[in-house]
Amino acid sequence: MADNVRPRVKVPKKAAAGEVISIKTLISHPMESGQRKDGDGNTIPRSIINRMVVDFNGENVIDVTLEPAISTNPYFEFDATVPESGEFKFTWHDDDGSVYEDTQAIEVG
Amino acid sequence: MNFTRRETLALGAAAMAVAALPLPALAKTTDELIAEFTGGADVADEGVELDAPEIAENGNTVPIEVAAEGASAIMVLAGGNPTPPVATFNFGPLAGASRAKTRIRLAGTQDVIAVAKLADGSFARTSKTVKVTIGGCGG
Repeated sequence: MADNVRPRVKVPKKAAAGEVISIKTLISHPMESGQRKDGDGNTIPRSIINRMVVDFNGENVIDVTLEPAISTNPYFEFDATVPESGEFKFTWHDDDGSVYEDTQAIEVG
Repeated sequence: MNFTRRETLALGAAAMAVAALPLPALAKTTDELIAEFTGGADVADEGVELDAPEIAENGNTVPIEVAAEGASAIMVLAGGNPTPPVATFNFGPLAGASRAKTRIRLAGTQDVIAVAKLADGSFARTSKTVKVTIGGCGG
């Protein structure tokens, strides 16, 4: 497991029913591409987050497949429709099998 | 150790087969990846947008944005990278718009390609040349 993996997610606190909101996510991760070499010329093995899934109340918003060409500390910005109050669930899947999660509640009022 | 002619030929053929095997798995070309994504369907030139800087000083983190109205999936490729795939965005039923922004690595000046699967099941592609001053693959 990569060290110090910390997800940061920005979701508005409130929205109108059916409103389209913008969500920003950032997760600290080295995203080692498997192309770089260390000082001795040995290839540093690939270690990346390979998938990010965002659900709202169990329904899918976006499912992203990440490849080594995604920058260190993967950042994503995308839009989501909010039909009712509920919770966004963010899941990141690491190459080593680790899963990082975060949740954010949003209120429709 | 002596080899008969037959054994030598067999060895040679085996070595060739082993050498040829890993290559397709290692480096799929962008055309192959697009064909895999579209299932061989025709790809139109209109319907998907790709926003990327014309000049990126640092290839380690190049901001891009892809958008395609009503698309269910968008694949991004960088043909000049050691491994061309960059990311595939699959938009679910609650996606507000088929649009996403991220930051990618580019090994050098090259075309970035976006292929979208549109609402009617057809495909569209676009590409944009990005000039990279410092490559981003640590080579």
